[in-house]
Amino acid sequence: MSRLEFETPTKARIAMEGLYKDLQRKIESSPPGLCPVDLTRAFLELCHAQTCGKCVPCRIGIKQLVSLISDVLNGKATLETLDVIEQTALTIMDSADCAIGYETGYLVYNGLMGYRDDYVEHIKNGRCTCTYKHPVPCVAECPAKVDIPGYVALVGEGRYADAIRLIRKDNPFPTTCGFICEHPCESRCRRNMVDGSINIRGLKRVAADYAGEIDPPACAPSTGKRVAIVGGGPGGLSTAYYLQLMGHQTTVFEMLPKLGGMLRYGIPNYRLPKDRLDDDINAILKTGVEVKTGVKIGVDYTFQQLRDEYDAVLINIGASTDKKLRLEGEDAEGVYPAVTFLRDVGKGNGIDLEGKEVAVIGGGNVSMDAVRTAKRLGAKKVSIVYRRRQADMTALPAEIEGAVAEGVELKTLKAPARLDVDDNNHIRGLYVTPQMISNIVDRRASVKPSGDPEEYIPCDVLIIAIGQAIETKHFEEAGIPTCRGRIETMPNGSFEGMPDVFAGGDCQSGPATVIKAIAAAKVVAANIDEYLGYRHTITVDIDLPPARIKDNIQCARIDINEREACERVQDFDGVELCMTECESKQEAGRCLRCDHFGFGILKGGRERVW
Amino acid sequence: MVNLTIDGINVTVNENTTIMDAADSVGIHIPRLCFLKGINEISACRVCLVEIEGRGKLATACTCVVEEGMNVFTNSKKVRKQRRTNVQLILSQHDCLCTTCIRNQNCALQTLAAELGIVDNPYERDLQYQAWDETFPLIRQSTKCIKCMRCVNVCEKVQGLGIWDVEGTGAKTTVNVAGHASIREADCAACGQCITHCPVGALSERNDVGKFWRAVDDEDTIVVAQIAPAVRTAWGEDLGLSPEEATVNKIADALKRLGVDYVFDTVYSADLTIMEEGTEFVQRFTSGEFKDRPMFTSCCPGWVRFIKSQYPHLVKYLSSAKSPQQMFGAVMKTYYAEKLGVNPEKIFTLSIMPCVAKKAEAEMDLYYGEYAGKEIDCVLTTRELVRMIRSAHIQPFALNNIEFDLPMRDGTGAGVIFGATGGVMEAALRSAYYIVMGENPPVDAFKAVRSTGFNANDGVQEAVFHMGEIPVRVAVVSGLGNTRKLIDKIERGEVHYDFVEVMACPGGCVGGGGQPIHEGEECAFERSHTLYYLDKNYKLRYSHENPDILALYSEYMGEPNAHKAHQLLHTEHSKNGFH
Repeated sequence: MSRLEFETPTKARIAMEGLYKDLQRKIESSPPGLCPVDLTRAFLELCHAQTCGKCVPCRIGIKQLVSLISDVLNGKATLETLDVIEQTALTIMDSADCAIGYETGYLVYNGLMGYRDDYVEHIKNGRCTCTYKHPVPCVAECPAKVDIPGYVALVGEGRYADAIRLIRKDNPFPTTCGFICEHPCESRCRRNMVDGSINIRGLKRVAADYAGEIDPPACAPSTGKRVAIVGGGPGGLSTAYYLQLMGHQTTVFEMLPKLGGMLRYGIPNYRLPKDRLDDDINAILKTGVEVKTGVKIGVDYTFQQLRDEYDAVLINIGASTDKKLRLEGEDAEGVYPAVTFLRDVGKGNGIDLEGKEVAVIGGGNVSMDAVRTAKRLGAKKVSIVYRRRQADMTALPAEIEGAVAEGVELKTLKAPARLDVDDNNHIRGLYVTPQMISNIVDRRASVKPSGDPEEYIPCDVLIIAIGQAIETKHFEEAGIPTCRGRIETMPNGSFEGMPDVFAGGDCQSGPATVIKAIAAAKVVAANIDEYLGYRHTITVDIDLPPARIKDNIQCARIDINEREACERVQDFDGVELCMTECESKQEAGRCLRCDHFGFGILKGGRERVW
Repeated sequence: MVNLTIDGINVTVNENTTIMDAADSVGIHIPRLCFLKGINEISACRVCLVEIEGRGKLATACTCVVEEGMNVFTNSKKVRKQRRTNVQLILSQHDCLCTTCIRNQNCALQTLAAELGIVDNPYERDLQYQAWDETFPLIRQSTKCIKCMRCVNVCEKVQGLGIWDVEGTGAKTTVNVAGHASIREADCAACGQCITHCPVGALSERNDVGKFWRAVDDEDTIVVAQIAPAVRTAWGEDLGLSPEEATVNKIADALKRLGVDYVFDTVYSADLTIMEEGTEFVQRFTSGEFKDRPMFTSCCPGWVRFIKSQYPHLVKYLSSAKSPQQMFGAVMKTYYAEKLGVNPEKIFTLSIMPCVAKKAEAEMDLYYGEYAGKEIDCVLTTRELVRMIRSAHIQPFALNNIEFDLPMRDGTGAGVIFGATGGVMEAALRSAYYIVMGENPPVDAFKAVRSTGFNANDGVQEAVFHMGEIPVRVAVVSGLGNTRKLIDKIERGEVHYDFVEVMACPGGCVGGGGQPIHEGEECAFERSHTLYYLDKNYKLRYSHENPDILALYSEYMGEPNAHKAHQLLHTEHSKNGFH
């Protein structure tokens, strides 16, 4: 026997590593609406399998928890059982020797506090409060409930025009979303259980790129009703689109020179080329939307005027101003809110940054837009200043990676302390306090000063990207209720005492995503229609390719290719490349058609009408 | 067209045909369980598995469509093993106490297990217990439910109510009343279509046979029975009698042998209903009451429950006439009690119905008021009747045609067709015409309201008839899903009628939720032929010519819709008494 030997993984160990990966993917693509008590029981069995068995609370306690929770599920428990579960969980939490035990106790205890109602329902009525609400995970996760399996199948058959028509039933911005949707649909894609989620956004882009110009469907006969829409962003335009299809005449009031809101004046051209944005907007305008650009409600018209002149008014003003840093010198020259900075670029009069050093405060997607735009405006050096770690940034990982690839510096764990302004009131740099990462509070890592001395970051231009705010003042004065800077509506988008007024989009929800604004547009369009005394429905008649049984052999996901970083940083042209038709057919063919297989076939799989 | 081979046989079928239909077209029967054509095509039980050459995963024949060049095997080794295992798994969660099951010898799962030769099961029994309100006319036994979801889809798609839904997730997934309601709280019409489409014994009517026996065994109680028209079309099916052999007079014999004292035919009170409802229609119609909405028939309790919960604002358009069952009950406990010279409390009224909702109708306070007690004491379904006949060892072939008792013996062809969709309308029009015109119409003048096939034309027949100059626009609908669509059309102003007949069950009472169950078959249309045949051969075919009814009026009730008749034979459809 040798004194020491090389460790070579056994066959069992290799298989186990695979099992862990499979498990992880399975959990990640867990369908929404599962019974939390049953899931806790199932997870506990896994936790129990993890124990080494040395300590009492973990070895015996977890097993007893499984049995107690099984009693709850099997109708053998009383409300007193919950006390025993709580006590057992606390014992494991407080007295287990290692994390395998105490984290398990915490999991059960936390769950008991979080979904006690469901425990009680099981005990009292032998029923669960949860059901599969939507059978198709991608559709369930899409705020606008776009028929994803439907258009993926259509793309797979090369029926791009039909795919666009189908998407527009729920989302009049198919091209835009093909470029920049945050694709929550992919997060719980069931294909992840096999290998990896479908590249849904990529396939939408394929539909948009290959379909050509597709006219919107015919509008319903005119109702003679007129609706004013304040704000020409994605929410306002989507509402206008659906209301036009329902036969109402809309007028969109936009304060900026062109339509599109943040899509035009916030999101840089390299992410969403403006001519492609115009594809969507032009199709929307073909429904007969009237447009008044360069007019601001509260300046050119009052809100009350709109109420007097129109049958209904929709406030969809977005979140178009910025949050302040609240440091002295913030109004110095060379300091720009990100919203203003990006808007100027969007208008075509971006500042010249040739040879300049730029610092951007913030770690969200807007911050990434600002740094990558600054790079393209010729800045010599661009840095992100962020008080937490890269992992804590709220920007999409792909955006951060893109910025880093384009040469952006990440200065993490630096909290802005003071601004350094020269005698001409021009920004010269900023002082930051070094931070260390600390406790996790509400599932988010907090920071505290590391105790190291302040550092100085010189800059010619400072961009502040710490969040957006909503300009509610004029509406507030007109009696629109607000709460924490947001317009506060009832769940259907209306207001008590003002039945003709509705609000939706970022100004109602707080800064969110384009697809959420579109989802809100469906809500308000339906409710405005209802308020106007109608019950129009939106639908589209497209024969979908039937789902065919396949073996679903593992096949990797096709990711989007991007132009080379050193090349793309020279211009504002689109960064992402579209999949080829060949790629898109393979990718669409990976779709498991949850609209047909599994629960989909029982519950219908799709909403054909709304 | 698509060409494929199934078990080596070349098959050519239309595109988008399922493998199951393709196999059926060449005489290959693929075993199936959850499948119900057009209603439940959800590939949940995984019994109709087939192997497709070149594919590793098995496909379900019910939902998988044919493809060009496919080579399908319906009985390969892999198919046999996987199908068998799936059935064994289903059996592990099914309370296989077949001998004491209401569906013994008429159970799709039992048949399937026998066909597959399953005589052992490696899996542990794992039954799911859920509580149920045993007083409700519809009973669900959770331990027998195989979660095929037929009830969910029948109620949702055919009856448009959605009383059942899938509940819970994971291993706990089950079927339960939707929206976490109890069955009494839910808007269940008690039509029983979920029962007749359940493949196993999970759903059944409340068993009231014991109540019947207690009455028979009590020497002080006089048991008086009535037999609904539709019962005669189906009762012989499970007793080996042909439709010609299975006459209603043999049921009368069977009931007498079971201990019933007096037996009557509900056809009599159907005629009575026509006298009341027809007269009411003519009165309300000529007074212009149906300018906006039609008068709706009120004899189907499933429909009455439906309108009360789904369209309460239309309840005032229901005919105020009670159903034939309740009218007969009222007559038995008043007029007939007097004839017998006994206290009404001594009379136990039994009705044999093709229906589950009749059990609920008999419970309701709706018909309470003029007499302290229930009009009907016990309702048994056709299936319960058959079970009683069997349990009493009555040999069906030994039964004789015996006369119904006097003095409520006579019936007419108009009364007998009540059991088929359109029958009430046709019978009512035969007499309404007479009331208006003073002469009989040709007896087949209103045939246009008869159904042309099961669920043909979405269960709707419409027609315009003229009574002299006056056009009467009528519609007949059966199936509550079809009914909802029709009422929505009426409400939107797309159609207008003066008189609408509604039957909750597709095809009318012949397809009722209390009728014998035949897996995968809809028998309503065929059964209705029996009723139309009987109508044709009745001596009398107009309700207003029924001599026993005329005697009832002259001796007791006075005139149709007159004070006494109104008290005893009509109701105010109050909203209470539903749940």
